[in-house]
Amino acid sequence: MSPPAAAAVPAIEARGIVNRFGAQTVHDGLDMTVVQGEVFGIVGGSGTGKSVLLRTILGLHRPQAGEVRIFGTDLTRLADAELRSVKASYGVTFQAGALFSSLTVLQNVQLPMLEHLSLPPRALEELAMLKVRLVGLSPEAAAKYPAQLSGGMVKRAALARALALDPRLLFLDEPTSGLDPIGAAAFDELVMGLQRELALTIVMITHDLDSIFRTCNRVGVIVDKRMVAGTLQEIVQHPHPWIQSYFHGDRARRFGVADGA
Amino acid sequence: MHLQAARRESALRLTLAGDWNARALPLIEPQLAALDLAGAGVLEVDAAGVTALDLSGAWLLHDLAERARAAGVTVAWQGGRPPATVELVDKTLGHEAASPLAPRSRHEFKPVTALGRTVVTRWEAAEAGLAFTGEASLRLLRGVTRPRAWRVASVVRHVHETGIRAIPIVALIAFLISVIIAYMSAQQLLKFGADIYVVDLVTVGVLREMGVLLTAIIVAGRSGSAFAAEIGAMRLNEEVDALKAIGVSPMEVLVLPRALGLVIALPLLTVIADAVGILGGALLCRGLLDMPFVQYFQRVDESIGEWTFWVGVIKAPVFALLIAAAGAYRGMQVRGSSRELGRLTTVAVVQAIFLVILADAIFAVLFMEMGI
Repeated sequence: MSPPAAAAVPAIEARGIVNRFGAQTVHDGLDMTVVQGEVFGIVGGSGTGKSVLLRTILGLHRPQAGEVRIFGTDLTRLADAELRSVKASYGVTFQAGALFSSLTVLQNVQLPMLEHLSLPPRALEELAMLKVRLVGLSPEAAAKYPAQLSGGMVKRAALARALALDPRLLFLDEPTSGLDPIGAAAFDELVMGLQRELALTIVMITHDLDSIFRTCNRVGVIVDKRMVAGTLQEIVQHPHPWIQSYFHGDRARRFGVADGA
Repeated sequence: MHLQAARRESALRLTLAGDWNARALPLIEPQLAALDLAGAGVLEVDAAGVTALDLSGAWLLHDLAERARAAGVTVAWQGGRPPATVELVDKTLGHEAASPLAPRSRHEFKPVTALGRTVVTRWEAAEAGLAFTGEASLRLLRGVTRPRAWRVASVVRHVHETGIRAIPIVALIAFLISVIIAYMSAQQLLKFGADIYVVDLVTVGVLREMGVLLTAIIVAGRSGSAFAAEIGAMRLNEEVDALKAIGVSPMEVLVLPRALGLVIALPLLTVIADAVGILGGALLCRGLLDMPFVQYFQRVDESIGEWTFWVGVIKAPVFALLIAAAGAYRGMQVRGSSRELGRLTTVAVVQAIFLVILADAIFAVLFMEMGI
């Protein structure tokens, strides 16, 4: 439904990001572009600053240098009040779910709606329930507290909350970590279905090779404090040793990439 | 304008325009609600003019279609089928007339049930508390024969946290309390010219009661809450389960070092509070009554009996155990949510202070019967 003119604006455009903590430089002139409507995977070893990058893009952390544009708006130059409206335009799921433990699943989904929209009570109830049902949770699960949910249900509930404000852009931080392969495949299926039907742009941090091959159109790898991005085929052929060992290890062999396919 | 309705004989034609999204929903919803479907045979919906349609907008259309169906009106979408997003909502929510919300449980007040439930939960709480005290005592006794279980480094850390770091606030409060006692008693005793007895009141009051009691109350607020919150957060984080799985008793590594640390720290804090209290009295007597320091300390010496100091200090380890038990026990009870953590931390502090004051009252009666 988005007009074709808007498609020209990248969903995310980060230029020259520098993040330093004390003497340690995490990102040094990192560039990243995410086109509207694609599923972009962020990959990198432990400690390469995937989570810091995510926090930078979300506007939770100001980089020492560089700019981050979400749908053309530069976050690094915004005051807090203006950031608020940008934050309403994307949805995030955190690694451990980060559901509010004193609220039920339904109330967790309603919270962003209550904060950002002025909805009539019936719409609030039904729209929250719609999102809960959309991620494959039963109405009974909606009344439960996070402590009563299984790991897979927590991931789904977090996704429902991320969808609360009908965002066009979704960030998923390790969406399939801690799930069994079947559960992970089902979750990927769900995310891809929503991506297709709601024309979402998705950025996900993941370590799960299965998940990357199932879902991502393009992949960005953080190596040497910068990002190497491209389609899966391009990245798999990239000569960097870390990328080679990541995509050509034993784990990757079963995808047939080791033979240069 | 988001929608325009036009009636042609038995057909009601809706032409939609603009953004049908979450932001526009509060504007559109009343317009749709005001729509009169009665008498219309067919509802024609033309969504071609919609510039943005998200789930919220699609839900409005889904809801409208359901309403029409319930009223026996046929819905005809322009182009044969509804927009894809509306179909998604249809698929997700189905065509149930009523929303599948969980029925709200009705709270009826049944006095007998409530009373019974309260008695049972209170009884269970008392049992659990007793079990906790029992296990802690057993561990403590077992530790006597096994010095390794004392975790010296951990105990020292807790003496530092609960004792050394509390010195400034404890000293300040002891000083202020002695000022209050001296000032109040001086006002009364000056009338009789018995101002020398101000010294007795300050000395006996601070050493026997006020020094130890206020120190214990401050420590209950500082460390009782810290114990409950630390252990509670570890429970939420499954750290306590991890300890058990490794085969280490949480009682031994979490509860006992804290209790021991506090048992060591609180008597020492009490001595400091006593000393500062006496000094505060000296300053005030000098300023208020022009009593020289020499005379003040002479009188202090005369007013202190054999037991005056010890009556205060003896109570300190008991208070320390009560505070540590309340804090650690409530911390161990935390499960599920961060709200529980806050609630039980509050309970820990209130209970610790209550237990300290109750114990103090029992001590007062006991010491009077013993004649000391």
